[in-house]
Amino acid sequence: MAEAQKMAVSDEVAIQITGMNKWYGQFHVLRDIDMTVNRGERIVICGPSGSGKSTLIRCINRLEEHQSGHIVVDGTELTSDLKNIDKVRSEVGMVFQHFNLFPHLTILENCTLAPIWVRKIPKKEAEETAMHFLRKVKIPEQANKYPGQLSGGQQQRVAIARSLCMRPRIMLFDEPTSALDPEMIKEVLDTMIELAQEGMTMLCVTHEMGFAQAVANRVIFMDKGQIVEQNEPKEFFSNPQSDRTKLFLSQILGH
Amino acid sequence: MAESFVRKEMLEAQAPPASQAGAIAWVRENLFSGPLNTILTLLGIVVIYWLISTSLPWWLNGVWNASSLSECRSIVAASAGEGATGACWAMLRERWHQFIFGFYPPESYWRPILAFVLLFVALAPVLFTSVPRKALWFTAIYPALCFWLLWGGPIWTPIVAMMGFVILGLAVVYLSSYLGAPGSAAAGVVAAVLWWLFLQGPVAGFLASNLPFGLASVNSDRFGGFLLAITIGVTAIGCSLPIGIILALGRQSNMVIVKALSVAFIEFIRGVPLITLLFTASLLLQYFLPPNTNFDIILRVIILVTFFAAAYLAEVIRGGLAALPRGQYEAADALGLDYWQAQRLIILPQALKISIPGIVSSFIGLFKDTTLVAFVGLMDPLKGVTQIVRADMNWKGIYWEPYIFVGAIFFIICFGMSRYSMYLERKLKTDHR
Repeated sequence: MAEAQKMAVSDEVAIQITGMNKWYGQFHVLRDIDMTVNRGERIVICGPSGSGKSTLIRCINRLEEHQSGHIVVDGTELTSDLKNIDKVRSEVGMVFQHFNLFPHLTILENCTLAPIWVRKIPKKEAEETAMHFLRKVKIPEQANKYPGQLSGGQQQRVAIARSLCMRPRIMLFDEPTSALDPEMIKEVLDTMIELAQEGMTMLCVTHEMGFAQAVANRVIFMDKGQIVEQNEPKEFFSNPQSDRTKLFLSQILGH
Repeated sequence: MAESFVRKEMLEAQAPPASQAGAIAWVRENLFSGPLNTILTLLGIVVIYWLISTSLPWWLNGVWNASSLSECRSIVAASAGEGATGACWAMLRERWHQFIFGFYPPESYWRPILAFVLLFVALAPVLFTSVPRKALWFTAIYPALCFWLLWGGPIWTPIVAMMGFVILGLAVVYLSSYLGAPGSAAAGVVAAVLWWLFLQGPVAGFLASNLPFGLASVNSDRFGGFLLAITIGVTAIGCSLPIGIILALGRQSNMVIVKALSVAFIEFIRGVPLITLLFTASLLLQYFLPPNTNFDIILRVIILVTFFAAAYLAEVIRGGLAALPRGQYEAADALGLDYWQAQRLIILPQALKISIPGIVSSFIGLFKDTTLVAFVGLMDPLKGVTQIVRADMNWKGIYWEPYIFVGAIFFIICFGMSRYSMYLERKLKTDHR
């Protein structure tokens, strides 16, 4: 926990969301979201299922479209302009619940594909970068295997390495450990903690409260498409203010 | 009371019991595992025996040297006794060239043969990744070369026609930085079409009159047999796959007009029998084209057979696209790949791999459907050539032999395609499920 204090947060704004609303047909999924993320922040977003937490972070790289309000990522506003969307997507890495590795490509090819085609980096250089990040997530020896030959935890670490190969300034994690066996959760969390300690701006949807306490500088609790409560982790867990938060915490920490 | 237990050593894996292996175990397991299976096995043996015993004499008494069907029959009667049956392969010995080439001029047989051999050279880099990629250049020029070999005429016609594609390519390469990929492709297509419509004829004519170099030209009505079937089949297979992919993507598109056009095309073409389309090719197109345009009948048939196959392929490929999890699209988007990059690098390689069995079975169906061109007066190997052979007094009444011969060749080609698809599936299997 001492580590968490060491990790600096700058004043520079990385993501600015103002008055953002989103509907799925008639269903109002995200209601009036206001949120500022500074560079170097590690934010954990939690809440009951259907609260809109995944949808919120998927709006940040425009996997979901918002209908009103503004989202500005790294100074680029997300509109229907495809150029802006591609720019934001190449700056923002994303890790999914089900890894979403490309099964027809080797681990190395998974990691070099986007740098080669989007960033136009020469193949040789992209492979060196990929090996660097594969060593970082501790699976360089799997580079020439296919995703189907790896365990879930290994696949998720490859997915993290694949995102890092694009040298993103912001990382989004959408329930990265929910599809993993208990024995594999730790290896993925360790990788994420290491990343946080290096100063990566991270938004993470997760129910790993241990992770939140270890690295987050802010915890956001969402319910019914709204931000219900946010605080630094210590206060959030020891002294929750709203009744909904108290109920949620008692249910996930109660046993 | 619960008993406590702690394992001291972990168990090693052991070999399975021996009664599970061996030939006798296999026979008992697979052929005689119960009363019903035993009866079915015996019944199967009886049927196989009956089939062989009735047809074997016909095969064994086959005659290769004769000049007519009646001579065949007298030879069989002389050697195997009165009333015996025997195949008359002598017909093939005399007429095999018509089954293969139709009425193609015999002194030019080397041209289709060379084109056929070069077909494999052109296909090799497409079918097998171990062949050097540079060989694809030959694949690119093969269609023009093949056209020239088969139909003959001045060499400038195919070269000048290929120039249209070169213009298209140059436009994409040099204009893409100003107009973007779709803009430059559109400009290239417009330039190429203008070239084909207005400049190709005069330029080719000018070159042909000043540098006369070419082969004797062969008219389309001389084509027949497997030369015709393979020409139509291979061209339609080669062209229908890209069109099918475009249609499948169009059907999934968010753009309303693109989607509507793709759906309309697919549903209309699939909803109409192939023979209707062939009649359209042979009769109706003449009404729509300007008078005096000589639009080759084989070319017209190829275009409509291609459309027909493309509509089916589009649906097969759409099945493959639908089988991919949404996460693949999202991961490609999240990495910043644009639509065409995502399709080319992530989506299509996986969707096409899933669709291989369906695609190849469409190809096999298409190849066999080429025999339907008999209905528009073309000389397909099954009906067209066979009828011509039987019209000869010497071979009147010959029935099984031509069909067996044609069927055998179709089987060899289709079986080859099927085996290749299985090889490809094994090679591309990377999911290790």
